[in-house]
Amino acid sequence: MTHAPSPRQRERFAYRRRQAIRSVLLAALSTAVLGTLLAVGITGAPGWDRVKQSFFAWDKAVEYLPDILDGLWLNLKLLVVCATAALALGLLVAVLRTLRGPVFFPVRAVATGYTYALRGMPLIIVIYLFAFGIPGLRLQGTPDVLVLGGAAIVITYGAYLAEVFRAGIESVHPSQIAAARSLGLSYRQAMRHVVLPQAVRRVAPPLLNDTVALQKDVGLISLAGPIDAIRAAQIGVAQDANFTPYIVAGVLFVLLALPLIGITDWVTLRAARRQNAGT
Amino acid sequence: MTTRFTYLLTGGAVLALATLTACAPADDDTTSSSASPSASSATCDPASLSTLTAGKLTIGTDNPAYEPWFKDNKPANGEGFESAVAYRVAERLGYSKENVVWTSVTFNNAIAPGAKKYDIDLNQFSITDERKQAVDFSSPYYLVRQTVITTKGSKIANAKTLAELAGAKLGAQVGTTSYSAITDVIKPTEKPSVFNSNDDAKAALQNGTIDGLVVDLPTAFYMTAADLDDGVIVGQLPQVGVPEQFGIVLDKGSSLTGCVSQAVDSLRQDGSLAELEKTWLSEAGAPELS
Repeated sequence: MTHAPSPRQRERFAYRRRQAIRSVLLAALSTAVLGTLLAVGITGAPGWDRVKQSFFAWDKAVEYLPDILDGLWLNLKLLVVCATAALALGLLVAVLRTLRGPVFFPVRAVATGYTYALRGMPLIIVIYLFAFGIPGLRLQGTPDVLVLGGAAIVITYGAYLAEVFRAGIESVHPSQIAAARSLGLSYRQAMRHVVLPQAVRRVAPPLLNDTVALQKDVGLISLAGPIDAIRAAQIGVAQDANFTPYIVAGVLFVLLALPLIGITDWVTLRAARRQNAGT
Repeated sequence: MTTRFTYLLTGGAVLALATLTACAPADDDTTSSSASPSASSATCDPASLSTLTAGKLTIGTDNPAYEPWFKDNKPANGEGFESAVAYRVAERLGYSKENVVWTSVTFNNAIAPGAKKYDIDLNQFSITDERKQAVDFSSPYYLVRQTVITTKGSKIANAKTLAELAGAKLGAQVGTTSYSAITDVIKPTEKPSVFNSNDDAKAALQNGTIDGLVVDLPTAFYMTAADLDDGVIVGQLPQVGVPEQFGIVLDKGSSLTGCVSQAVDSLRQDGSLAELEKTWLSEAGAPELS
């Protein structure tokens, strides 16, 4: 015998359906009204033609796109290298900072001092120190400014990431380590097989978040001479007194960030689902 | 009580209206038409020109006056590019060397409003619309050229041709004609370095991060003389883009402007300016690269 909902239940269904349709219509209406208002407000402004001409000129966008893409390729390469190196450095420093025992005091002190100093130091100044200061020493075999600038970015972001990793490590309950040690695992084994897997999983969203921020900051290397996407756009802006190249670069950066942001959201969701599993 | 309330209400309404009108999009479509002083066909000779001192031409410049524009801080010796140009202009207007009087006017005072203590002033003033609001300019007597500088011992320190620069790592400030000069004229194989300011670029040059730096000629002379420990000028590049123009400064609405412009124009047409440029700029340390 098939289940037939009671008349009251059917009434409830009908009511819910009506409500759903009503809220969709309302949302559509309010979006349309706001959108129209914005469109009329902006395109109706007396200066709109000039703004359109100086920020959204299609021919300028096409003209400077190759140069900007060229610069973006540099950003992308730097991002991959710097993000990998900074994550490794951050993990290392975080592990050093959480070492126990009086013997390791100097190691802890250095690691702590590093995270304190480099988180406070503006990135631009670190890049200046590395890319203009180090070559000034005139040592044999000084690497390219690109490498030096990259090192400055890695060192600065390493400090942020170290603190994120440390937060993760410390969020793992001490009983976990105690249990691992009582099973006969050494401190290193306990760290490697018990603490770190849980810690990294917990802080994955903020780590990815910092990577998205890093993606925009790698471009700061341009102040040492290399031409990144923003710099390429700036050159275009200076040549034509038209801001369209900036808009092009901005859109490209957003497109570049989208996959990373998507991954961040997905990882966060998955972690939340797993943590709440069974409840 | 009601009347007071009504006043308040009307007052509020008026205020709201005023705010509304204030917020309404305003457009400024004032097209400023800068009327350029037309070259008067009036005769240009000491007798008809009304100068500060009748029969004498008073020429201003800053003190100290720097090379290569002047020499030994003595504008009256006729040496240095601007001193030479000044005497040629005076000559075209009919003033002999004895009737030229030099006076010291600081750079800022020369274009400040108010009474002027000079008839004409030469002080590497580039002609801009903003300055045109305050003073008159003659036709340009010099179009600024881009110049490559480096430090002693650099691999391009002895370069004589553009081809010798092609393999060098060159730098320039962002958004300048100097950068266009690298990409359009030198076309080096290595990508040029771009800096936020000439100070950054200078540091990179001293560090050896770049082999050479492109700046405009006046900056090149200044940097190699004052800023860089062992800076050298490699040479001037062929003209590129829209160059800055140096003009002779005159009082706003001066009756001399037309005549001075005529004199400068005739000096350009008969090649005198090019010859002076060669003598006092190219041969005085900034050779031409071709």
